[in-house]
Amino acid sequence: MTLPLTFEPATPADDVYTVSDITAEVGRAIQRSARSLWVRAEISEYKAYSSGHHYFTLRDARSQMRCVMWKHDARRLTLRPEAGMEVFVLGRASYWEEKGEFRFTVTAMLPSADLGAAHRELERVRALLKADGLLAPERKRPLPRFPETIAVVTSTDGAALRDIITVTRRRWPCARLLVVGAKVQGDGAPATLARALKLVNRLPGVDLCIIGRGGGARDDLAGFNSELVCRALAEVRVPTISAVGHETDVSLSDLVADHRAATPSAAAEAAVPDCQEVMRGLRDLAVRLSHGLRRRTSLAEERLARCSDRSRMALEQLLERRQHQLERLAAQLDALSPLRVLERGYAVAQDGNDRVLRGVEDFRAGLAFRLRLADGRVSARVEQEET
Amino acid sequence: MSKRKVVSEPTLADDLARLETLVRQLEQDDVELDEALALFEEGVKHLRAARERLTAAEARVQQVLEQADGELSISDFNA
Repeated sequence: MTLPLTFEPATPADDVYTVSDITAEVGRAIQRSARSLWVRAEISEYKAYSSGHHYFTLRDARSQMRCVMWKHDARRLTLRPEAGMEVFVLGRASYWEEKGEFRFTVTAMLPSADLGAAHRELERVRALLKADGLLAPERKRPLPRFPETIAVVTSTDGAALRDIITVTRRRWPCARLLVVGAKVQGDGAPATLARALKLVNRLPGVDLCIIGRGGGARDDLAGFNSELVCRALAEVRVPTISAVGHETDVSLSDLVADHRAATPSAAAEAAVPDCQEVMRGLRDLAVRLSHGLRRRTSLAEERLARCSDRSRMALEQLLERRQHQLERLAAQLDALSPLRVLERGYAVAQDGNDRVLRGVEDFRAGLAFRLRLADGRVSARVEQEET
Repeated sequence: MSKRKVVSEPTLADDLARLETLVRQLEQDDVELDEALALFEEGVKHLRAARERLTAAEARVQQVLEQADGELSISDFNA
């Protein structure tokens, strides 16, 4: 069978179209037939550019279409659209001639009463975790300041692990990383993640646990939103950091963990201190320690000096007092001295042994004795006893 | 192997925390001289221990594997 020819291949010149002719014609056709309509769909990718324009994809079970929401419409949004959310949008079909692409231009967006399926599951698990108190802020434990052994639950060949190792080696070389491998995406990820977390509890001496993965599309984060993983994470007996590598989306593991980091690198930064800083702190402590002792010993020296000053003064005072006493006694002694009596003209008779001769019977005839006078002694002899 | 790790061995955090306490005590005015000397000596001990730990060459990376019998094995990991 032969097809009827609609073109004359031999004479193309008159009927050749340019690309612009075609796109303009298609564009006109689309715009002519397009009217504003409401569409119910799930958002699968959403990107708000700094220009203010929003670009995203809407999908249902069979198809998808690319959408744009211009700045002046996006400004009026009352919800924060994100992938997985089911919404109602008002818009019309349009055509981007330069690219030859069909776009659905959205002018308004409302949350669907019935959220997207993934979103619903997430909310279900979140509610369960919340009911069990696993999301309570008071459950959050502080991270250890100087962790020595850190368990890392992630894929052994992912960028996440490489980043964590690099940052830890740079900042905190005294750490030991214990890697517990797990599947972080796809089927079976929740089970291996949960098993790895349980295994962490059997490791001795672990100070901290990081669970994470590098950035990925939303569907790939399902493991970190699973109830199994979140409950296992809550049961880890050391403080935990969740780093699922997604700036915009928060996974449920982020909410259950004690600390949330935007990326695995950020998790390592939060986990370990900077060794140089700690060294500086240590030097400060060393200085304070020696200053403390020096201050204390100089205090003792001062006190000692003060003590010796005081005791010298006390001694001097005592000496002075004693001296006065001595002088007083000397004066009294002087008054009582027999020499004073002798000065008045008396004499004392003493025998050769300096014994004082007190009575007549002491003077036997012929006895040699001495008379002691105020200015000296005189030898004498008894010539005759008087009767 | 690490199962036999002595639990009572002070950690870096222990050393640093104790050191901070000792320094603060030493900085009090009412500490006796012999007490001050004892605080200083203990402080130097913790200072040395902490410094030794901090000057480790490079972070060690090890991989934990669960054997078929449920036992854990820890071996060096090459990234």
